[in-house]
Amino acid sequence: MRFSGWRVIREGLSGNRGWSPHWRDAAPRDEYDIVIIGGGGHGLSTAYYLARDHGLSNVAVLEKGYLGGGNVGRNTTIVRANYFLPGNSEFYSYSLKLWEGLEQELNYNVMHSQRGLINLFHSDGQRDAFARRGNAMINQGDDAILLDREGVRRHAPFLDFDNVRFPVHGGLYHPRGGTARHDAVAWGYARGADRRGVDLIQNCEVTGIDIGNGRVRSVQTTRGPIRAKKVAIVVAGRSGQVAAMAGMRLPVESHVLQAFVSEGLKPVIAQVIAFGMGHFYISQSDKGGLVFGGDIDMYASYAARGNLPAVEHVMEAGMTLMPMIGKARVLRSWGGIVDMTPDGSPIIDRTDTQGLYLNCGWNYGGFKAVPASGRCFAHLLATDRHHDAAAGFRLDRFRTGRGIIDEEGTGAQHNLH
Amino acid sequence: MRISCPICGERDRREFHYRGAALTRPAPDAGEAAWDAYLHLRDNPAGATRELWYHETGCGAWVVVTRNTLTHEMPGCELAAEAAR
Repeated sequence: MRFSGWRVIREGLSGNRGWSPHWRDAAPRDEYDIVIIGGGGHGLSTAYYLARDHGLSNVAVLEKGYLGGGNVGRNTTIVRANYFLPGNSEFYSYSLKLWEGLEQELNYNVMHSQRGLINLFHSDGQRDAFARRGNAMINQGDDAILLDREGVRRHAPFLDFDNVRFPVHGGLYHPRGGTARHDAVAWGYARGADRRGVDLIQNCEVTGIDIGNGRVRSVQTTRGPIRAKKVAIVVAGRSGQVAAMAGMRLPVESHVLQAFVSEGLKPVIAQVIAFGMGHFYISQSDKGGLVFGGDIDMYASYAARGNLPAVEHVMEAGMTLMPMIGKARVLRSWGGIVDMTPDGSPIIDRTDTQGLYLNCGWNYGGFKAVPASGRCFAHLLATDRHHDAAAGFRLDRFRTGRGIIDEEGTGAQHNLH
Repeated sequence: MRISCPICGERDRREFHYRGAALTRPAPDAGEAAWDAYLHLRDNPAGATRELWYHETGCGAWVVVTRNTLTHEMPGCELAAEAAR
């Protein structure tokens, strides 16, 4: 079933009875070439690119719940390529280019909206840092425009420009940044992988990883054992538990990150806007809800719900930046479990076990990475070589101290990101 | 979430700074693997954990909190200076 404008019209005129399920409900077979543990955005895009780029379709994605039920369905949907450090910047630049062709590629409407992203600055020092970041983005081949105060005002006149503590001095504008419909990204990749023969197996929790002679042999699941030549762990917040099944401890600590959405409103915020003081970022969904979030709660958690101090900080930051937001009512808030690494950057690498691969550590920024993460991880799984765009995301960088990618510059330590 | 400081009593989480898993610091010459494990690698348990918090805006004590990462329950809190290693 291909989607098209013509098809939508035809189905609309015939009672929408012609739509079919987007993927098969596959049952697990006894053996696969590659088993991917985790049916989230990264796992599904990995499966898709394994099939598309490398012709590997004897692949299963094992998901303990339902496809896309984790962080890919819980994030604030921001897509951007405004990273500064080598290692990160080429990767996110590559990812944004994949985003720009994603809907045609998948024949799926992921509602990718390049509405622009503005990172505000509130001091001279912060302006200089953003000017430098903008130059790094331009050098990478991406887009960045340093806006002065009046430039920001043209985009977002509702900000409290003359706030006593945090006046808005300007912003770094990234026109190709924006948002996407997060669930649709998972669904689009799932459908694409399924059409190329990948088995997407839901309600199938991995309970053990069998290793013999230093090589991965099979996985034990709630739906029986499955032999595999290669096993890929792509389980975000649950990376610690799944890696422990293979006898590994990871440089990962799982934290809760909260997000919020207001009741639906008429269009009021055109871009994605990020406060430069306090932790607050906001955009408006196509349904009209203001989608916003802040920092992690700053303690290890698997509770998928947060505490009030983080809520309070987000609300205070929102009110400081755009007092009008006080008129909107919060409709829902929720938490996702994010896999934090010491330097705040991800891991796409082999492990010491032959045939066992790891994709984790996406911290609070995994959504925008979904296309490139899957493509680079598929490349590693298929060829055993790192993809150029993700060559820096090594597992051993903490042990060796080489290649730390500390975007925030706070130090490669667990409680600082 | 509230933490029962052994000195100050039950206080709001805002008064405390989270440090992370309560691990035993290796000897200076323990070697690269021991220091890598101490600095970077984590059990990252879904369930009971022991971790260090600093009562930053209270008495300034370091405390070892026993906490459940699934439920936020905190069955124990003792001074780090007195906690069993």
